[in-house]
Formats: sequence, C-alpha cells, structure tokens
Amino acid sequence: MTLDALNLMPVLPEILLLALACAILLIDVFLRDGRRDVTYWLSQAALAATFVAVWFGASADQRLSFEGSVINDAMSDVMKLFILLITSMAFALSRDYLKERDIQKGEYYILGLFGVLGMMVMVSAYSLLLVFLGLELMSLAMYAMVVVHRDDIRASEAAMKYFVLGALASGLLLYGMSMLYGVTGSLDLPAIRQAVMGGTASDTALVFAIVFMVAGLVFKVGAAPFHMWLPDVYDGAPTGVTLYMSAAPKIAALALLLRLLGDALGAMLDDWQTLLIVFAVASLFVGNVIAIAQTSFKRMLAYSTVSHVGFILLGVLAGTTAGASAALFYTLAYALMTLGGFGLITYLASKGLEADQLDDLKGLNDRSPWIAFILLVLMFSMAGIPFTLGFWAKLAVLQAVVDIDMVWLAVYAVVMSVIGAFYYLRAVKMAYFDKAIVQGMPTRSWDARLVMNVNGLAIVALGLYPTSLIALCASVFNAL
Amino acid sequence: MFADWPLLSLLVWLPIITGVLVLMVGDRSPQAVRRISLLGSLLVFFLSLPLAFGFDASTASMQFVERLPWIPTFHIDYFLGVDGISMPLILLTTFTTVLVVLAGWEVIQEKVAQYMAAFLIMEGMMVGTFAALDAILFYFFFEGMLIPMYLVIGMWGGPRRVYATLKFFLYTFLGSVFMLVALIYMYFKSGSFSVLDMHALPLNATEQTLIFLAFLIAFAVKIPMWPVHTWLPDAHVEAPTGGSVILAAIMLKIGGYGFMRFSLPITPDASAALDWLIIFMSLVAIVYIGFVALVQSDMKKLVAYSSISHMGFVTLGMFIVFMIMQNPVGEGGASLALEGAMVQMVSHGFISAAMFLAIGVLYDRMHTREISAYGGVVNSMPWFATFVVLFAMANVGLPGTSGFVGEFMVILASFKANFWIALIAALTLIIGAAYTLWMVKRVIFGEVRHAEVARMPDVNAREFLIMASLAFFVILLGVWPDPLAHVMHASIDNLVHHIAQSKL
Repeated sequence: MTLDALNLMPVLPEILLLALACAILLIDVFLRDGRRDVTYWLSQAALAATFVAVWFGASADQRLSFEGSVINDAMSDVMKLFILLITSMAFALSRDYLKERDIQKGEYYILGLFGVLGMMVMVSAYSLLLVFLGLELMSLAMYAMVVVHRDDIRASEAAMKYFVLGALASGLLLYGMSMLYGVTGSLDLPAIRQAVMGGTASDTALVFAIVFMVAGLVFKVGAAPFHMWLPDVYDGAPTGVTLYMSAAPKIAALALLLRLLGDALGAMLDDWQTLLIVFAVASLFVGNVIAIAQTSFKRMLAYSTVSHVGFILLGVLAGTTAGASAALFYTLAYALMTLGGFGLITYLASKGLEADQLDDLKGLNDRSPWIAFILLVLMFSMAGIPFTLGFWAKLAVLQAVVDIDMVWLAVYAVVMSVIGAFYYLRAVKMAYFDKAIVQGMPTRSWDARLVMNVNGLAIVALGLYPTSLIALCASVFNAL
Repeated sequence: MFADWPLLSLLVWLPIITGVLVLMVGDRSPQAVRRISLLGSLLVFFLSLPLAFGFDASTASMQFVERLPWIPTFHIDYFLGVDGISMPLILLTTFTTVLVVLAGWEVIQEKVAQYMAAFLIMEGMMVGTFAALDAILFYFFFEGMLIPMYLVIGMWGGPRRVYATLKFFLYTFLGSVFMLVALIYMYFKSGSFSVLDMHALPLNATEQTLIFLAFLIAFAVKIPMWPVHTWLPDAHVEAPTGGSVILAAIMLKIGGYGFMRFSLPITPDASAALDWLIIFMSLVAIVYIGFVALVQSDMKKLVAYSSISHMGFVTLGMFIVFMIMQNPVGEGGASLALEGAMVQMVSHGFISAAMFLAIGVLYDRMHTREISAYGGVVNSMPWFATFVVLFAMANVGLPGTSGFVGEFMVILASFKANFWIALIAALTLIIGAAYTLWMVKRVIFGEVRHAEVARMPDVNAREFLIMASLAFFVILLGVWPDPLAHVMHASIDNLVHHIAQSKL
C-alpha cells in the first residue's frame, strides 16, 4: 500500500481532528489554570474545522479506501456531521457547569476530542479491526472523562463500574468478531457479507458469533438487560460528562449496529432480529417502568435513555432501509432531546447545587418561564407527543415495525410509551404546578444560552416541519 | 371575497400565533394580554363565519380544501377540508373560545398570559382536529391539544388538580396510541394517510374488527363512554371554569366526531357487527350515569355526569343506524339518527358550556361548588336565576330548547330500530329532569340558608353578555334547527349511503 496524498483524502477529517487535538493538548499544558476557556474555544474551533472538512468531503457515492477497510458514504457523512455538531453543543452546555465545580480541566476537552475521533472511526469502519479500534478509542476516552472529578467518590465508583463492564462488553464483542473471522476468513465487512451469503460458513458458529457481537454491542448502548451500568454511570458522572456521553456516542453505536448486523450479517437477519426483539422489548419495559420510581431527574433521564435505546433497536431490527433510516432519525432526535435534558440540569445547577433531583425543578415556571417551556418541550418530545420532534421519531420507528408485519411489537411499544409519559408528565408537573424552592436562575454564558435556546426551538421547529430531516435520513439509505 | 383565502389554515394557525404573541407579551401587562386574546379570538370567530356562509350544503364533498405535501417520505399531507359534519363543530369551537376568554377576564389573575395562550393554542388545535383530512394531521392535533389542557387543569385547577390532570392525560393518551398503530397499518394498506382514501380502503373482517376496536378505545375515552368515563368527572371538578367549558363543549365532541369520521366509514362492517356493544354502553351511560348524577353533591360533578349521559345519546344515535337499516320499516331513520347525534353534539356544546359558566359565576362569588352551600340564589340574583332555569330546561330537553331537538330525533329514530331500546333511551327524559331540576331547586329556589348567598351580587355586564349569547343559541336551535340540519344533510346522507355498503 502506498501512502500518497490521494489515499489520505478520505480520512482527512479524522487526521485533521487528531492533529488539532494533539496541538490543543500541547497548548493546554502551558496554560495557567484560570485560562481553560482557551482550551474550550480551541476545542470548539477544532470541531468546527473538522465539521467543515467533513462537509466539503461529503458526497452521496460510496468511497472505499485503505484496501477497503474505511468507508465513506452518505450515512457516515451525515453521522459525522451530527456527532461533531452535538459534541460541540455538549461542550458549550457543560462549560459553566465544569467551571463552577473547578473541574474545567484541559483533559475534559481533549479526551472529548479523542472520543469524537473514535466515534468518527467507528462510523467509517469497514473492517472488524477498525470497528474495534474506534470503539475502544471512544470508550477509553469516556472512562477517563467520568473521573474528571478525581476526588468525587461517586464519580470514581461510576468510572470503575463503567470501565469493568465496558471492558467485559468489549471482550464479548471481540470474541464474537474473532469467531466471525474464523468462520468467514476475513476481517473486511464486504468479504464477510459475501461469505455469509454464499452459505459456506458454518451456521452454528455464525449464530454464536452473532450472539456475542450483539451482546457486546447492546452492552455498549445500554439496552436491557445489559443496562445495569448505565443509570449508575450517568448518575455518578458529572452532568457535563453525562451530557457528552449520552448523546453523540449513540450515533456512532448505531453505525456499528447497522454496518455489522444490517450490512455484513444481513443474510442472517432472522437470527439477530429475534435477539434484538428481546432486547428492545426488555429495554422498553425496564426503561419506562423503573424510571417511574426515580426521584432523581438525572437518573430518570438515564432510564429514559434505556427506553429510547429500545425504540432505536426497533428500527434496527426491522432490517429494512426504512427501518435503518427510522433508527437514524430516532437517534438524531434522541441525541437532541437528551442533550437538552442533561443540558437543562447543567443549566440549572449552580455552585453547591447539582439540580439533578426532580424536586429541583419545582416552580421552574415561576423562576424562568422560558426555561420551563424548554423543559416542557423536551419532556413532551421524549414522551412522543405531537408538535415536537419526538412524535415523528416514534412514528417513523413504528412505521418500520408495522411494515415488517410486527403490529404486536408496535402496540407493545406504544403502550410502554404511555407508561413512560407518566414520568415525563411528572417532571412537567414539578416545573409548572408546584411552588419554587429556590428562587432566581444561575447566570449562564452566552454560548450555553444560545445552545439551550436553539435546542429547545429546534425540537418545536422540527416537530412542526420535520420534512427535511426525515428526507435526509431516508436519502442516506436509499443510496445503498 | 373569502373564496381564495386559505381559510381553514387561518383558523388553525391564527389562534396559535396569537397565543405565542400573548406569551411574548407575558405577565408584564395582564390587561393587554386580555385585550389581545379577546381580539384574536373574536377575529378567529369572524373569520370562521364565511365557512358557514360560503358553505355549499348541496354536496357531501369536502370544501375549503387545502392540500400540500407535508412529509413526502411518509406520504403525509397537510390536508384540510370541511363537510357538513365538521363545519358546525368548527363554528362551535371558535364561538366557545370567545366565551372562555371573556369568562377568564377577571377571574384569572395569576399567569394571565399563559392561561389565555393555552386556550388560544388549544383553539387552533381543536379546529385543526375537525378540519384535518390526513390521518396523521388529525392525530397531530388530536394529541397535541392534550398539552395545553394538561397545563390548564394542572395550573389553575382545584386542590386535586395534579391527580385529575394526570388521569386526564394518561387516559386520553392511552386511548389514542392504539389508533396511531391502526392508522399506520392502514397506511401500508392504502399507501396514503388521507382519510378519504381510508374510507375507500377495502378491509377484511378481522382487520376491520381490530381497527374498529382501536378507534373505539380512542374515541370512547374521549367522548367519554361508560366504563372509561371516570377521568371526566375528576377533570371537570378540578379544572377552572374555562377548562371545563372547553372540555365539555368541544373536546367531548371530538370523540363523537371521530366516530363519524373514522369508525363508521372506515370499518362499516365491524361497526355493524359490534353495534350491540356500543348501544349497550350508550344505554348504560344514559340510565346508570343519569342515576349517578342524581346523587352528586358537587354541582360540577353533577353536570359532568350529565354530560356523559348526554353523550350516550350521541353514540346511541350513531350506532343505532345499523339496526335501523336492517329494519324494513326503518326508511329514512338512519339519517335521522345520525343527524340527531350531530344536533345533540352541537346543542350540548351550548348547554354544557352554559351550565359550567353558570357554576363558574356562583363559584367566583362563594368559592364552593357544593349544592348544599347554596339555596335561594334567586332572591339575590334574579337575572342569573332566569338564565340558569332556561339552561336547566334545555339540559332536561324541554321542547323549544336545543336540548329537545337532538334527543327527540335520536329517540324517534330508535323506535324504528327497536321499541325497547327507544324506551330505555327515553327514560332520560325522566332521569335528566330529576337530577337537573332537583339541583336547580336546591340551588336557585328555596330559602336563603346562608347569609353570604343573600349578599351575592347579580351577574355583571360581562357575565350577562356570555349567558345571553348562549341563551340566544339554545333557543334559536330549539325553535329553528332547520339551518343546522340543512347544512349537514348532504354529508349525513352520504355517510349513511357509504356505511350501508359492505367493504368485505
């Protein structure tokens, strides 16, 4: 393989991000403690520069490079753009929060950038090695980010849990991959696809490989019954980190699910579909029912993530292009909603107050009608009520499920979403029907305010006119 | 001059935009908020009048149609249009909202902007529900209106408001999600979300039954029918007066409208096969709920139960149709029954709004809704008493009031189907009179038992205006129902014709 400039063009955004992240790391070392905002702005600039690079490199064609182990197509372009955008929003929302807790360290941003690099590799990975490489790069960054507040016992516990279970999941995935390699004789996804379709591979071994890989993947996304770590980690981590790891990584994980299962193992649909149905059914139940019992808003949102993962799996398990685009649409909608949800906690938090309990939302409408309205929009969007983006996301997924003649699954999903509506409504109740405990609002920097407002308005605007986003998600897969 | 206007879009979005405007003005200037809201709702009401004057009653096809692609990926259109069934209900909505804005004028002192905005936004959504001809657009509005109502009950309601509003929301939400799945299923059958395409869609018996049940859950909760009515008394008791008025006058009608727009034409065979179920539930509502109303000590609860009982007439009129059609002597009875159901819905819109507003007038003075707290109100409030007696008579179904027309048509049609059903339905004339007039006797007449009652001032100009306008319509519709019947005649005939044909 010759490494000439032409060959490097497809991975230019990744190289750019890596170079910038390294540069920021160097600069950060020489910054005094009070000057971390410089790191923040440089990180934002790095994300923006990478965004521009992806934007101009985007095209609808499928481009393979590095002997077919890297793929750039419409799906990867769209996903990368959203990963960059959402991470940038997450950085903006968490800055004030980190600053108030004296944990605005350079590591947060640099690890964040490396995590994004891992996600971008995952999205473009077309060989098992690269898949694993990207996943581990992302995961390692996030393990460390959870303990950015080193002296916090809960965060340390969360990080430990996250690391041990995450490593276990990686092991499972790797084990499944090795079996897949053993049966098909290749690491490249197209070659695996050929081998599986050709029927030369042993079915029993393939099923084993699928079971391990699916288990590893759903572990990472936090689907029930492999969700145990998720509430603890999301709750224990500083909210600024939760914000980061709840949103964009889900997009990258979806890319893995679609590439590995939908693409490489498409011929084994019947086998992994059954598995995913079990995970989806369990996630919808666990996420929605256990969330009811929570008194912590942050933990409630963590369980709500489990239920959203269930909905995303519904789209994936359909195994159709409509299902894939529905899953992508749902994931993007989810990323915006969860960003808003955890973002709201960082927004309301102040020095000495985490604002992560449901009671902290009390009387929000009296304190700030506008922020209360954003909460209202977010909660109804998560519940899937019309006039918000969440409704269309649910509709798209339900359509995909009904399309493959699994009406019962759609009925189950909507019943679960009614159960879920209860705890979202309770959050709205706190904000609108109860009297405030604390008064006033913490001051927030302009970029956090901007992102919060844009986020809230985007959910309403896309709730009224989701046409372009839905069409974009559909067009990504129609090209295949 | 209105022919080229996107009239329906204006009626949907103008109130919503006004609501947003009101929110932006905020509570800095409550008086400005009230004025903008009144102006906005009046403007919407006047804009809805061309709908009636420009309406062509000779055709059953959709009018004032607007159709734009909305989400082409899923074949969802922004598709609005009205026929004789939806047009009167839209007018009822725009009219009622004006009253609600007026009714909250002095009473609501806290968060005026949010209160007014909630009702204006709700108005737009309700008009949208009646005008939507795309199933997803219908669902969009149908469910969207839960948000403002949830806030209205929860923010300005009584002591148990949180329980009541959660129950209201979850009941209605649970009902409607099954409908959503049914709509998606039919989309894959017909390739379109257009309600008109769904009307023409052939479905086999099993599909029809399941879809019918999905619709039934959605609309039975909304209208509400026994035994899924329990959210309504709670919601009514806790809601502020304006919320009760909108709930009773408009939201319940959306359930009835849903039966006529979705259940009957999309699943005619299942409706025919399961008509006994609905008729049974309707009769239980008419008789049993009537008795439940009799024993209430809270005025609002009494009127809430009376609403459920009256909605029993609506569902009875809609589903007795199939029995009439089987009966050889039932000629013309089917249209009569459906028209009766429609007239009953419109009439109940006026009467229930009036009853709840009247209770609101009393509540504003005494801050209690207990019947036993009153007595002899006529002594201090003669004008008020006059109106209440009129509305009570209308609620009972006295000839000459609008309440009589709908009930009479439905009972008359029922006789063409089955004598016993008609007889049981006619019991309402006795039960309804019992609970309504007994309440009037205890509240309005008799001795003044409490000193506060004697000091209550009579209705002021604002209250007088509200009650007089409602009284006007109650009597107008009672003595001259012909214009209303005329408007819906072609559409109802078309519907009867449509459901007479099997889809199997």
